[in-house]
Order: sequence, then structure tokens, then C-alpha cells
Amino acid sequence: MKLELRGITKRFGSLVANDNVNLVAQPGQIHCLLGENGAGKSTLMNVLYGLYQPDGGEILLDDQVVKFAGPGDAMAAGIGMVHQHFMLIPVFTVAENVILGHEPTKRGGVLDLDAARKVVREVSDRFGFDIDPDALVGDLPVGVQQRVEIIKALIGDAKVLIFDEPTAVLTPQETDELMSIMKQLRDAGTAIVFITHKLREVKEVADKITVIRLGKVVGEANPESSANELASMMVGRAVDLDVEKAAPKLGASSFAVKNLNAWDHNGTKVLDDINLEIREGEILVIAGVQGNGQTELTEAIIGMHGKTTGSIELDGKELIGKSVKQVLDLGVGFVPEDRTEDGLVADFTIAENLMLDRSDRAPFAKGISLQLGVLKEFALAKLKEFDIRAQSIESTAAQLSGGNQQKVVLARELSRDLRLLVASQPTRGLDVGSIEFVHEQIVATRDKGIPVMIVATELDEATQLGDRIAVMYRGRVVGVVPADTPRSILGQMMAGISNTEAAA
Amino acid sequence: MSQQTPAATDKAPRKINGREVANEIFNAPWLLTVLAVVASFVFGGILIAASNANVQSTAGYFFARPTDFLSAIWNAVYGAYEAMFRGSIWNFKGADIVAQLKPITETLAFATPITLSGLGLAVAFRSGLFNIGAKGQIIFGAMLSGWVGINLDLPFWIHFPLAVLAGIVGGALFGALVGFLKAATGANEVILTIMFNYVAALLLTYVLKTPILQAPGAINPVSAAVRDSAKFPAFSDQIRVHTGFVLMLICVVFVWWLLQRSSIGFQFRALGHNPNAARTAGINIGLTYVLVMAVSGALSGIAGATQVLGTEKFLTTGVAASFGFDAITVALLGRNKPWSVLAAGVLFGGLRAGAVTMQANQGVPIDIVLVVQSMIVLFIAAPPLVRAMFFLPKQKGAAK
Repeated sequence: MKLELRGITKRFGSLVANDNVNLVAQPGQIHCLLGENGAGKSTLMNVLYGLYQPDGGEILLDDQVVKFAGPGDAMAAGIGMVHQHFMLIPVFTVAENVILGHEPTKRGGVLDLDAARKVVREVSDRFGFDIDPDALVGDLPVGVQQRVEIIKALIGDAKVLIFDEPTAVLTPQETDELMSIMKQLRDAGTAIVFITHKLREVKEVADKITVIRLGKVVGEANPESSANELASMMVGRAVDLDVEKAAPKLGASSFAVKNLNAWDHNGTKVLDDINLEIREGEILVIAGVQGNGQTELTEAIIGMHGKTTGSIELDGKELIGKSVKQVLDLGVGFVPEDRTEDGLVADFTIAENLMLDRSDRAPFAKGISLQLGVLKEFALAKLKEFDIRAQSIESTAAQLSGGNQQKVVLARELSRDLRLLVASQPTRGLDVGSIEFVHEQIVATRDKGIPVMIVATELDEATQLGDRIAVMYRGRVVGVVPADTPRSILGQMMAGISNTEAAA
Repeated sequence: MSQQTPAATDKAPRKINGREVANEIFNAPWLLTVLAVVASFVFGGILIAASNANVQSTAGYFFARPTDFLSAIWNAVYGAYEAMFRGSIWNFKGADIVAQLKPITETLAFATPITLSGLGLAVAFRSGLFNIGAKGQIIFGAMLSGWVGINLDLPFWIHFPLAVLAGIVGGALFGALVGFLKAATGANEVILTIMFNYVAALLLTYVLKTPILQAPGAINPVSAAVRDSAKFPAFSDQIRVHTGFVLMLICVVFVWWLLQRSSIGFQFRALGHNPNAARTAGINIGLTYVLVMAVSGALSGIAGATQVLGTEKFLTTGVAASFGFDAITVALLGRNKPWSVLAAGVLFGGLRAGAVTMQANQGVPIDIVLVVQSMIVLFIAAPPLVRAMFFLPKQKGAAK
């Protein structure tokens, strides 16, 4: 089935999220929709899926104009969607999840689970998914859960399958497997729309690439184009994706984690005997799939994790047992993983956010009286220094784009006297321009002789930014390897295989 | 969809668009607040008319002589609201200037404790703590103030400040206890403060029946009179509003300064808007809970002090009246902003003062005022309802 979007326009108030977008997805073809966060990719797909009504333009299936009032209509017409955040119920089995919404029944309205199991097995066998229909979805690894989503779409007889940023939560191996599944589906005649901002994946599977920027289609690209060319189209100017950094000038080992263990409030061990050290002027990247203890490790360092044993030493001073404030006072800069949740107060102004962790001391406070004049000058200086794009320092953080929000967080943390910088996924969800800026700032911090710890979930970022890479898996450090370790070995380590085994 | 940020380089002057300006006005919360108040008075008017005997009897022959019915409605509603106006702002039928202006002083007398307590709640609400315990905190402040004012015999310059301070400390400690329990055990402050209201009210009844506070020889739960040396200085013998009103105004300025200009208030607000970010920024959440509740309780404690040391001049079980709950509405109506809380407090003081005259002159039950107050809360809590009633355009972005 051929899908065509013709002149789709979608506005939110004065913001034009999609401006006259045209797109054709042919059966047996993988069509990549490439664009930065906020370029309007998801809006476009939500229009297609019936979640939004377009303000202009039309959708055609096999050259027939169709209108979708909701996702139900879209599904009935043969459009399936694999969401970035899975729409699955964890306490249901695979079969139960798959039939949800169009349950087959026997006479008298009794649920026909056998039929459901059969369908799951059938699709699973056809594509070599290897899925047990009776497994609870919550017990399955993320990669397998995603396959359940795909099965769900396929048994709805989807002829057009949309993948919305499907690789965000996958290990590199799982990503590779997903790629081959996509190719299989394509060869079986499905039209696939693959939404992403990851260039490596695009180059690997795309038959056709449409680049979208600020809601407009800026052109089509050839899958053979280089990553830098694609990135330049996406951003609208020449970009260099490589992180420029000189060889590190290593100083003393000033930060060390020894035999660190931590438990969550249920008593489950979340950090298992972590040993790490970072030297002055060195970037250590903590790589791994999200949810393998990285968050807990940064929380333990900053003093926010409840139950911990072992030792975390900075400049010979023990951090465990200290309050967040004491840890920050020892010169730890912290860029949290979720900047809107933990890094910023959305309703506060940029200026207020810039003094969030120093509001009770000089130069921002005299006694308990705030020095608003000092704050204003400081904020204006930082706005300039960190190139924060905002109407004024009185704009609230909520009004900023993700990249500018992150710049506010970095500006705040880097303007203290640092002895250690801990940044958790500092470029998550940022546009290419902001990523470049954040990387530059991190490297500059390293070059001042400050030990830096970065949590990264993407291998590209890990290998480019890091001087060494520590891979975490299920709360343990699988190994610490040099940054030039091949991707394949790092990928296996992220699945829990130690580096010596992986290299063998 | 995240909002796109206009680049800082975009220096083109913004064109003023009539529609945009109109939109801004329609989106401003103060307009909604005013409309909510207006709508509540209209609704109150309907109730006044419906419950009026004349209106009911003329409705029986509505089709024969509709003018009777309409004039009965007019008389009932106009009479009631006119009485309310005369009771709360300016009694144009008064014999002399003092009698004419007395109603506004009554309004301010009621407004003093309501505003003080409303300020306290505003501090807590701004900090993300839903303090429902103003009543208990007023009672604790009043109890301690009362005890110092009745039992100690000191010169004015020591006695009066000490009595007020006792009220502050009483309210602050009772509030801080809630903050401490929340910080230490994770208990919900809403449930704690509601329950503590009962604790405070029953404790007050108890101490007023024991020699601790009961007037010697009294049978009722009533205390002896507060000594003159501990009373708020009066403006005049003929009016009830006293210098506690001035203290209230000082508190309005103080709360504004605390929230907007002090580092402590900054941390309160950070906690209120995003506790996770506050914690990550090194703010001690537990300690801040205790501080917020102490400040919040202290302001209600002052409200208790102004009641017992200024208005009532002795302590009864009814010292907190309905001020504790009025304060919640006042904080809500004032959107937790000190100056707006003051305006809302004066409005509620006026409703209280006017209701008395309304009942005395027109026989309209005082409960009508409660209905009006409740309707205000209802309308404020449901902005789309008010928009629909006044045919205002939908809020920008509400369709998203």
C-alpha cells in the first residue's frame, strides 16, 4: 500500500509545526524521516495516525484521499505505529497485550486466548522473533518488548508501519536486530516510515531519506551521503560531528570510587561493588543501556542516594554521608539526567535558575537578602558567555528550547569552582548545534584539569567524548576500556559480557 | 511540542495587535477573579430572591401581574445588598460621620485576622505545602498570647511585645511540628493539619475549663480579660479595628519581601515549584518544610494574637471563628500573592461585616454570605466555567 502525505500543515497557535509537508512511502521501501528534536517529525506522524487533525493538506492511501478521526481509523486503514514509549501493559502476557483493543472471542463473549497465542506464534515464527506468547511483558527485555509492539501492529494487518524513534532505548545489538527486522518487513512488502535523528541508523537501512527542519521538508537525501552531509541538511549549516579534543594532560588521580554498593528502597541491590577512578584532566564515560545503575551512581556521588556503602573520595575527602549541599560545596558540578525534572525550576526565570544552588550565599545573598542587582549582572554575563537564546533573563526556563535549558544548567554548574564535573546524558534530546556546544564546554572543563564523568547511552558519544570508557551492566562495571575500543566489543560489554570475553 | 524560542537577535519591535492585547486581558487571572466574584454575587442574589417570602407569594400570580413579582425580586435583592453595603463600607443613613464610617472599620476589623492567616497559608501554598491548619495555628497563637496577656503583670513596653511574641511562637511551633512530622516520617501535611485543627480546638476547650485559663469563678469556658498592658492600642473607643491592623499591613510587606527578596523565600518557592530540582540544588528539603510551616503558622499565630489582644480582649472557644477556613479562600482568591491576599482579605472582611447588617435589617440569613464565599471558590477553581458564563474566548493553547 502506498502512503502519500500531500501539503500537510499543522499549526499550534502561532507556531507552525508542519508547513506544507509532502512525503511518499512506497511498499517495499524504508523511508527515513530525519530531523532534529522539535523539527516536527512526531507532529507529522501524529497527524498521519489520526491523533491530530491537519490544518491543511491531505493523506492518500493508494491514491485515495482518507480522513482519520482517531488512531482507530488509522489502524483500520492499515497503518501501524511502533511508539517510542511502548504502549504495553506490563502485567499482561504477550498474547493479551497483542489482542488488546480487538480481542477475539468464542461464543458467549469468552476471550479466545488460544487464537491470540496462535497469531503471536505465527507472526513470531514468520520473522524469527522467538517470543513466548505467555511471557509477562514486564519480564521481557526492552528489545523484545519492542517486538511485541511490532507484532501488535502487524496483526492489525498494517501495510504501512511507522517507527517513531525506535532505537532510543535499545542496546547496539538490539538496534542491529531491529534493523534486520525492518529489512525483513520491507522485503515482505510493507511500507516503512522510520523516524529518527541518528545518522548511523539512517545510513544503514534507508532506501529513501526525507530531511525535515523547522516543520518544512528541506530536501531528500541519498543514503550514500556522508554523515556530515546529512547532519548539515538537518541543521541547516555546515557541522562537524567529530568532537575536537587534544590528547588529555593527565594529572593526579583526584576522584576515586571504591567498593561502592547501593540498594534501592525495596532493598534490591542497584550498585554492585563499583570501583572507578578519574584523573585530573580526564573524561571518563560511563556507558551502558539506560537503567543499569548509571542514575544511582551519579546520585550516590551527589549525596542523594539513600543506602550506600563503600567510599567515594574527591581530593582525599569522603563524599558518602555528606548532604547534597556539602558535596556541591566541595566543588562537584552536577548536570542531571532529566534537566526539566531535576535541573531547573520551569516556572523560575533564567536568572533565578542560574542561582538555584547558590541562593543563600555571596555574591547572590547578603545575609538573607537577595542581591538582585548582582544576579542580573551575572545572568546577563552568562547569557552572553553561554549563548543562551532567550528574549531576556526574565524569560522562564519553560519558555526555552531543550538546548537552551541545558545551557542554563551548564552555565550554573560551570560558574562555580569545580573539582569534579558529573554530567548525566548531557546531550539527551538536544539539537546538533547545542550538542556541539555542550561537548566543547565539557572538553574545555577537562582541559582546565578537572576530572569529568559523563554518563552516555549512545556509543558514538561515548567513544568521541571519552578518554576512557567504563561500561555498566546491571549495577556492575563490566570493564574499563580505552576510548578507541571497537564498537562491537563495547556493544557486547553493554550486554554484560566482559571485555576479555568480548575480544575473544 | 516544545515552544520555539525566538532568537535573541530578533530585535524587531513587536507590533501591537488588538486581538493579542484582548487575549492577554482575557487570559489575565485577575479578570477571572473579578468575574468569579461578580458571578458569585449574582448567584447569591438569585438565592436571596428565591428565599424571600414576598417573591414567593407574588410568583403565585405571576401571569396576572408580573410587575409585582419583578418588583418583589428587586426589593429583596436590592434591599439585601444595600444593607450589606451599609454594613460593610459606608452607612449613608448614619446619624453622624462616625456612625457613617463605622462599617468600613468593622470590615477592617474582620479583615485583620483573615488576611494575616491568609498570608500564612499563601506562604505555605507557594512552597507546595497545602496547609489546612490555619484554625489550629490561630488557636495556638491565641492561647499563648492570651495566657501571657492575662497572667503576667508587666509594663506595657515589655508586656505587649511579649504577648504578641507568644502568639507568634505558639503558631510557629504548632506549624513547625507539622513540617517536622512531614520531613521525618513523610506524613501528608493535609491530613496532619486537618487533624491538628481538632487537637487545637479541643485543647483550647480543655484549658478554658481548667484554672490554666478559665476566669476565676466562671462556669463557662471563658478566660479573664486581657490586662490593659498587653492590649493592642486602640484607635478609638467607638470602633473595633485596632493597631493590629497596622501590624497586619507590616506583615503583608514582610511576606512580600520574604518571598520575593530573600534567599529563604527563594528556596521556599523553589521547593514549591519543583522539589526535585530544589533537592538536586542542595536545598535541605526537610529543614525547609519545617521553616515553611513555622513561618506559615507564625502568621496565623499573629492572627490569633490580634483577636485575643485586640478585638475580643478575652479568650473563648470561638476565638478562631471561621477565620481559618476563610483564610484558605482568601489565599486562593489572592493567588498566594501578598497584596492580592490583602485585597481578598478586605473583601471577605466586608462580607462578614455586611452579613450582620443584612440579617438584622432584611432578615436575610447570614448563610447567604457563606454561599457567596463558596461560589467564589468554585468559580475560581473552574476558570473554563467562568469563561463560558461571560462568553470569553478560550484560553490560548487550551485546545492543545
